[in-house]
Formats: sequence, C-alpha cells, structure tokens
Amino acid sequence: MVRFQVIQRILGLLLSIFSLALLPPLLIAHWTRDGAETAFATAIAVILTAGLTLWLPVRKVNREMKLRDGFIVVVLFWVVLGTSGSIPFMLVEGLKMSAPDAIFESLSGLTTTGATVIVGIDYLPPSILFYRQLLQWLGGMGIIVLAVAILPILGIGGMQLYRAETPGPMKDAKLTPRITETAKALWYIYLGLTIACAVAYLSAGMSLFDAISHSFSTVAIGGFSTHDLSLGYFDNPAIEAIAVVFMFMAGINFSLHFLAWRYRNGKPYIFDSEFRMYGAFTLAVCVVCGIGLSVTTYQDDWIEAFRLGIFQAVSIGTTTGFTTASFQAWPGFLPLLLLFASFVGACAGSTGGGIKVIRFLLLYKQGRREIQRLIHPNAIITIKMGGRPVNDRVVDAVWGFFATYVAVFAALLLTVMATGLDQVTAFSAVAACMNNLGPGLGDVSTHYGDIPSSTKLLLSFAMVLGRLEIFTLLVLLTPSFWRG
Amino acid sequence: MKIIILGAGQVGSSVAANLCNEANDITVIDRNPVCLQALQDRFDLRGVLGHGSHPEILARAGAQDADMIVAVTNSDEVNMIACQVAYTLFRTPTKIARVRETQYQKATELFAQEALPIDVLISPEQEVTDYIRRLIEFPGALQVLDFAHGRVQLVAARAFYGGPLVGHKLNELPDQLPGVETRVVAIYRRHEPIIPDGDTVIETGDDVFFVAAPKHIRAVMSEFQRLDSPNKRVLIAGGGNIGKRLAIALEKQCNIKIIESNPERAQQISEELKHAYVLLGDAADEELLVEENIDQTDVFCALTNADEANIISSMLAKRLGAKTVMALINRAAYVDLVQRDIIDIAISPQQATIGSLLAHVRRGDVVKVHALRRGAAEAIEAIAHGDRNSSQVVGRSLDDIELPPGTTIGAVVRGDSVIMAHHDTVIEAEDHVIMIVTNKRHVRDVERLFQVSVTFL
Repeated sequence: MVRFQVIQRILGLLLSIFSLALLPPLLIAHWTRDGAETAFATAIAVILTAGLTLWLPVRKVNREMKLRDGFIVVVLFWVVLGTSGSIPFMLVEGLKMSAPDAIFESLSGLTTTGATVIVGIDYLPPSILFYRQLLQWLGGMGIIVLAVAILPILGIGGMQLYRAETPGPMKDAKLTPRITETAKALWYIYLGLTIACAVAYLSAGMSLFDAISHSFSTVAIGGFSTHDLSLGYFDNPAIEAIAVVFMFMAGINFSLHFLAWRYRNGKPYIFDSEFRMYGAFTLAVCVVCGIGLSVTTYQDDWIEAFRLGIFQAVSIGTTTGFTTASFQAWPGFLPLLLLFASFVGACAGSTGGGIKVIRFLLLYKQGRREIQRLIHPNAIITIKMGGRPVNDRVVDAVWGFFATYVAVFAALLLTVMATGLDQVTAFSAVAACMNNLGPGLGDVSTHYGDIPSSTKLLLSFAMVLGRLEIFTLLVLLTPSFWRG
Repeated sequence: MKIIILGAGQVGSSVAANLCNEANDITVIDRNPVCLQALQDRFDLRGVLGHGSHPEILARAGAQDADMIVAVTNSDEVNMIACQVAYTLFRTPTKIARVRETQYQKATELFAQEALPIDVLISPEQEVTDYIRRLIEFPGALQVLDFAHGRVQLVAARAFYGGPLVGHKLNELPDQLPGVETRVVAIYRRHEPIIPDGDTVIETGDDVFFVAAPKHIRAVMSEFQRLDSPNKRVLIAGGGNIGKRLAIALEKQCNIKIIESNPERAQQISEELKHAYVLLGDAADEELLVEENIDQTDVFCALTNADEANIISSMLAKRLGAKTVMALINRAAYVDLVQRDIIDIAISPQQATIGSLLAHVRRGDVVKVHALRRGAAEAIEAIAHGDRNSSQVVGRSLDDIELPPGTTIGAVVRGDSVIMAHHDTVIEAEDHVIMIVTNKRHVRDVERLFQVSVTFL
C-alpha cells in the first residue's frame, strides 16, 4: 500500500540517521579501549542496514504524509528506536543484558525516564556510560523534532510529526512561521543550555567526561548518571546548585526561552502564568521538604536539611530523577509528596514529563469557575491564561487527558501488581515510569533490576505512554484508526 | 521573504497557499480559529488569532521584521488601517491591501505615502471582471492576459479543424499574415507543453499561446480557428460584485441580462445599471432561461458565490443552446472535473488575482506575473536593468541568453514600441521582457537572470 510506503520511507531514513548517533560512543570505545568497540560497530551495522533496507526500495515514493500517518511514524519510531537502541546493551562484554532488560534501559534513556536495571554503574565501560547519557539527550527535546529540524524533506508532514511528539495541550503555537525553523530554534536553545550546563559542571569540579555526560541528562530532564550514587557521588554543593538551576530551566516551556532570547529580556517569563505557577509550586515543595527534614531527621542541621530538600524537590518535581540522598527513607509524607509532585511535572513544551503544569493550572481554573458559578449562577466566566481566553476545546481536551491518564495509571498499576509487585513498589514504579521520573519507592528505589521481566516490559510501555502523552499511542490502539 | 497575510478567507488562503510553496515565511492573522486551523493543517505556515489591524496582534505575528504585509480581510477599512499601522509602527517595506470599494479606488491621492501608505491596491473582483471582459471581447480565446499596460497581450486559443494554419508549420505564419507581428510562445498538446520552433506543426486540439498587440489578436486567432462573430448577447447569472461590475463594463457594447435571485439585491443593481436588464429568478430555472432566449445567447457567465450552482446552471445553459458558457469556480478540483468537456471556460478567481501579488514577491524587477494552466506555468513581465557586465540579459541577443528549459521570450516592449522576439533581437536596459515559463520550477532561474549582480555595480 502506498500509504505504508510513505511511512516506511521516513522510518528507514530516520533509522539510518539514528545509527550515526552511535558513532560518538564507538569513538570513545576506540580511544579508551574499553572493550565495547565491536558491540557498537555491530550495532551501527545492524541499524544502518535495517534503515537502508527499509528506505532504499521506497526512496522515490513522494507522497504527502497525512495526519494519521504522523501518529504511526512517531509511535513506530519510538518503538523501533527503543528496540534498536538496546542492541549495544545486549552485545557489550561483561554486561550482556537480556532483551527485556536492554529494552527497558534503552527506552528509559530515550524517554528521559532515568530508571535503570544496572547495578554497578561505576564499573561500566565509559562508552556505554556515554551512550546512556546520549540516549537521554537525544530523547529530551524529541528525536522527531530533531529530524524535522535537519530534514527539510519532511516539509509539511513535519507538523504532523511535531504535533504527535511535542508535549502540552496547545501544540499549534509555532514559534516561527515554518516548522523547520521552529524545530531548529528549539534545538539551538537545547544545545545552548546543554553547553552552558556542561561548562558550569566543569568549572564546579567535575571531570570533562562527567560534566558532558551529566549536562546531557540534566538538560534532558533524564536522570541517568555515570555513578551508582547519582549526583550524590560528588557531594559538592556547587554541583548540586548548578543541577538545580539547569533542571529548573529545562523544565520551563522552551518557547519562553525562545521569546526571552529574541527580545533579550526576561519579560516573557514573568508574564507567563504557567511559569509563575511552576515557580511557585516548585518553591512550595522545596520549602515543605526543607522544613519537613529539619524538624525530623536533620534537627540539628537545617542547612543540610534544606540542601537535600531543595535538590530532591527540584529533581523529582521536574521529573529528572537525580538523587543526592535516599529520599525514599525520608520520614512521613515526604516521599509520597515528591512522587505526587512528579505527576504535576514540568511545563508544556519542555523536556520534562508528568501531566504538565499548564494542565493543572487549567484544571484549577475550571474548578474555580464551577465555584464562581455557584455564587453567581448567571455569570459568563471565560477561562483565561495570561489575559487571553482559552478555547473551550482546550479545556475539554485537558479534562479528557487527565481522566485518561488516571484510568491508564490505574490499569497499569493493577497489571503490574498482578506480576507480583507489592502495592507501594507497583504504585511508585508505574508513577515513576509514566511520569518519566525514574527512581521509585520500595523495591525500585535504587534500581529496577530485581523485578520480573514481564514487569520491565510493562513499565517500558508506560514510559513511552508517558513520553508521547498517552493519546498519540492510544490512538493507534483504537480499531477506528485502522478502519480507514 | 517574511510575509504577513491578514484574513484567512478565500483570497487569503489562496495567497497563502501560493506563497507558501515558494519558500516564504508566512504568518496568517484571522479572527476565526477554524479557518486558521484549517490553513495551518494544510500548509507550513503560522496562524495568529486576532484582529488584523491591532498593533499588538501584528507585533505577535512578527511585523517588526516582516518584508511584506498583504491585507485581504473582508473589510476595506480594516485593510487600509492595517497598512497604516504596519507603516507607522513597524516600517513594513511593502504593503498590499485589498480595497474593493470603487469610491476609495477612484480617490488615488488617498493612498499617498503621507496619507494611507499602501503600495499596491488589489481588487480581486475587479481583476476577475477584467479577465472575463477580455474573454468576452475575444470570442474563442481561452485566456487573454495584459502586459505592459495593455500594449501586448498573451492569448491562449485552441486550434480547431478548419483554421488555415492547422496542419501547417509555424514558419508559414508570417506569409499568411503579412504586416501582423506575433509570436507563438508555447503549445500544449494533450496537456504537455511544447516549446515551438519554426518547424512545429499545429495539430487540431492544440492549445496555442501567442503574444501580439491587441489590434492583431483577432487576425492571429483566425489562423487557428474559424472566427466567431463578436459576442453580443451576454447572460450573467448572479448579480454579486463580479456580476455587477461585468455588467457595467460591458453594457455599452453588449446586450446584457443579469439573473439575480435576491429581490433586494436585484432592485439595488437595477438602479445602478443603465442599459442591462435585471431578471429576478433562479439561474438554474429552465423556463426562465428558455424564455430569455438562451439558445441565442453568445455567452452565459455563471458568477454566483456557489461553485456547484455555477456548474449546474452553466451545464443547463449549454444544453439549452448557449454558444459559450463560463463558470466561476473556486475549488481547483471542480475545475479539472468540468473544464473543456462540460463547461467551455472555467474561471478560477484565485488564478486571476494571484498574479498581481506574485509580482511583488519575486526577486528581480518583475512587473507582472500571470498564472497559467492552473499554476503549473507562468507568464512573466520583467524589466532588464544594468549593462552588459552587470546583467545576464542586457546587451545580448536572445540566442546568447541562457534561458532555463521550457522558457521562451515572446516580446520586448521598449518605451512605447512593441518588438516581437526574434533570435537576433538584442535586449537593451529598461526593456520590458515578456516571457512564458512552462515549468514553474524554473521561475527562480528566470528571476535570477533578471537580477543585477551586485559585484559589478
């Protein structure tokens, strides 16, 4: 069918290009002679061959992509990429992960979740470490968005792909008239933030390798680290402060960065209601954690309490998932509060996960409208964002999204419990994966290595669900989508 | 080029669609989110929701660094004010506005730089009206386009059995028509373009594009088909803006009847027209058409707003014996359905009007652009500047100019005189060169040809 040829062509092309992403780890393996060279070389060969096999027979097909095809391409791409990205994990000497483990690790990287099944990260070959970080970085802004930026052939179809991948309730707000330019602008900002973050880490005392690696997972709001102890390994307040700043920045809607950069001032931030809510919410969680810790575990050291509290609140609240302390062991309600904060997540159009601040803001405003209506039954109340009215379509969509998110969450929670996990572990694991957070509570508080393989695959599915904001994936599972 | 378009209606959408394909950054402003969304889905452009003349909205659409603003909303007043705002607040270099009201158009001093700073006024209705008027003036022509203020016209006509030149080589044309200057620039045979030379043989069914001075057009056309008598009896269906304008333009030379179904509108136009008859009724009403002697009508023009009604009423008129039927059809897909077999001439208003805008988007000094063959080809009038060193065309004979494939130069207008292109014609500075580009992809190359290279200045 011609329709699938278009999809096949784009998929093949994207896959071929993705194989190039394995070149830097290959070079690192070559320089450091860490024994992973053949693994990466094989992976490149396999992926490139697969990509070219898909692409070459249909390279001349030139038909416009339809809206529906966009969903298929995006979902297929994430699935195919998650699978082919797992090849190096399966091949590297001394690691030799099983297929479910490797897929979990690779999808956890690409979806910027940051959950790992590996114990003993410090002893991994540097090339594999770098590869994990690179996966997160590529997944952060969205690989498809990157493809739209560099492949002019995607042209108009690019908007379809862009819409299917970009998070947030209002996806049509283009920064520039042309989609390629918009995608480019987003990636330039992303790249700029990454470089700034790497330089800051470097000057705070990290090694060059660690600085670059961590800048990738910080700006992507990923959470992978090159150490088992995550950022706690460095035990350095400056590094933690830098991480907090960049996680917070990466959690802001990138179109605000774009506007601020274009007008060379900070006004776009101040006037954005989502940003203000995001700032206020993050601050509130920081303060609660700080106070909570300083009246319990760290009674004699409130500075330490706030240092840990702020870092953990920002890291979990933005869905990054770096740790400097085992927050799972914190007293009382704090672990659950942090987990709940990850549901709110970051802003729309950022690299973070979760339900997104703007949706909660709209839900809150709608709740307030219902109360106002009780008081003034005849009032016409329009929901506004930043002084501009919000289309009722958007508000409806937010409700639909929220309801579906909760339903899917419940279904996944029950299924995961059926595979044998206890309630706390299952709840936190599903939440951490769907919100693209990473660390959970209970048995999955440090790594996901000990849970059954079937659970790992289920959780991998949850990660893609969360990254593609549910609907893009769910739409493919509905019969009417395929009926034509 | 960064272009802001105000209004996502029929004109706005077609402008956006045409400009979008030419690597421009397009932002469309409209107050209707549904229209905007539809445009955004179909084309790679950005939509901004809001009132087009409001400074804040214009700023959000990127007016600060826009190269051009095209104001084509429904309201003349909004369009004019938007251009004023763009000029005063953002210094937008090129401002184009649709102004329909003839009262405004007549007061030319209104649009001076210190009054309402609008560089180009477009009136799609007027352009469509002129387009139809020329078709009616030259019976048998499929398309008649003006260049160099009407000094030269490009005409498309179909070759029919019985035309003296049909079945003969083109180089016999000068012998058959002594004293008539003309040049055949393109032939479409079964939808494929042919660039003709002297040995090309004209076949029945060819669509021949030629350039000539207006006074010679009928003579040239008589070579390709048996000449029809001038159109005298014209029946117009639909008394909207275009119908009324056409009636006013033609009522002196022709016998005009207009059918309008809305009593108030019918009353209104009957007050404005001097000689034409206004008939109240439905254009698809068989009895009304028969009663008004449709079988003796030379031209039936269906010009209502509804494509379907136009098609149906033209089909009916053709069946009842009208000699030529024309229908105004907005949807491109319908044009393909009915053109030629069912309706003699399908008029696409977008194509008739887009040319005047395209001329301003083009690089090089392009004065006029006409879309041909549903936008697949273009006729361009460009001015040659510079000298032999700085320009690729000035000081060269046509043989020496490296034209892109599928491109022919038809005529050169120097001052007041029209020179038909020969292989040894030498282009001078400030000449208006009229050419046809059969493949739109090469329009870029043609533009480049007419740009003066900066390095030699």
